[in-house]
Amino acid sequence: MMFNLFTKENYMKPYIAGIGLGLVLLAAFYISGSGLGASGAMMRSVVATEKIISQSHVDSNIYLAKYGANEKNPLDAWLVFEVLGVLIGGILSGVMSGRMKVETNRGPKITNKKRLYLAFGGGALFGAGARIARGCTSGIALSGGATLSLGSWITMLCIFIGAYAFAFFVRKNWL
Amino acid sequence: MSGPLVSSLELSVYTNYAIAFVLGLGFGFFLEQGGFGNSNKLARCFYFKDMVVIKVMFSAIIVAMIGIIFLSHFNLLNLDNIWINPTYIWPGIIGGLIMGVGFVIGGYCPGTGLVGLVTLKVDALFNILGALVGMAITAEIIPYIYKWWTGSLVGKRTTIPEYFDIKAGVVGFIIVIIALLLFAFSEYVEKRNNTQE
Repeated sequence: MMFNLFTKENYMKPYIAGIGLGLVLLAAFYISGSGLGASGAMMRSVVATEKIISQSHVDSNIYLAKYGANEKNPLDAWLVFEVLGVLIGGILSGVMSGRMKVETNRGPKITNKKRLYLAFGGGALFGAGARIARGCTSGIALSGGATLSLGSWITMLCIFIGAYAFAFFVRKNWL
Repeated sequence: MSGPLVSSLELSVYTNYAIAFVLGLGFGFFLEQGGFGNSNKLARCFYFKDMVVIKVMFSAIIVAMIGIIFLSHFNLLNLDNIWINPTYIWPGIIGGLIMGVGFVIGGYCPGTGLVGLVTLKVDALFNILGALVGMAITAEIIPYIYKWWTGSLVGKRTTIPEYFDIKAGVVGFIIVIIALLLFAFSEYVEKRNNTQE
């Protein structure tokens, strides 16, 4: 084949995947007027769970109330359906490329157990940061990057600064 | 036809949700195809060894950005009706820095973690559980820092062209140049760092 869309490791070539992703993002703005997201829907599922446990707690917290006060259903949102699509789209791609495999990816020098602790802790930090910044790499950096939102570009820059600055301290986990 | 179609065609909420699902399919598909289901591949970006994060993200941003600039220039997309992220300076900076640290420790961001989760990566499962817990805890803290969290607002829909009073096309052009430089840099460091090993 003259032009191969895939790398030796059977991933889609990064620029091709990026163009595909960019077109999906453009379609989201053109059709629905929305960007793509991930953490917003996760927050909504947190609020939906808390509603089952204690509606009064959700009502009394100004932040949670925005998502799920009284009769408000936090899962009744565009981003929730978009993320359901992400889950299925990931499966389709994983099946297509033979990557549906139970495994723990990590650097060669750490144990699986340590990797899982770090995955949890890093996830908790990311989740906290995403709530403080009002979005994550998808909703802020990718989507807001494309609309030239000032705040999005500031946050995107800070994500990279934070990651590159801290990388040295956790290098043994990855290299 | 002028976008966003949800306003111009007055699409119902349910149609819009169905569209959201289909767009999500595409989002998840390309994330996984790019290799974003693998935490080690993602994290190696921060050691200049595998720059797929930079390549995919910035090519996606410039494609969508150029599309938005052109569509709006030809009146095919009404920017007043699309979502534009608000600009809160300090929460944006602090939240961003925390996310960056969380990214390099945990190996995933929420979107990539979801794609890792559905392709059965155990570390992605722990990462997503961690993110949910982190969000639940932060939601309990935000009411106490609400004044700070809602302060330093520059604008609910402030864009770079608007803030600096530069044409969107010029900003777009500069970002394309920056992206191309990042791509060239990425190719260079990948080649250098991977032949050494």
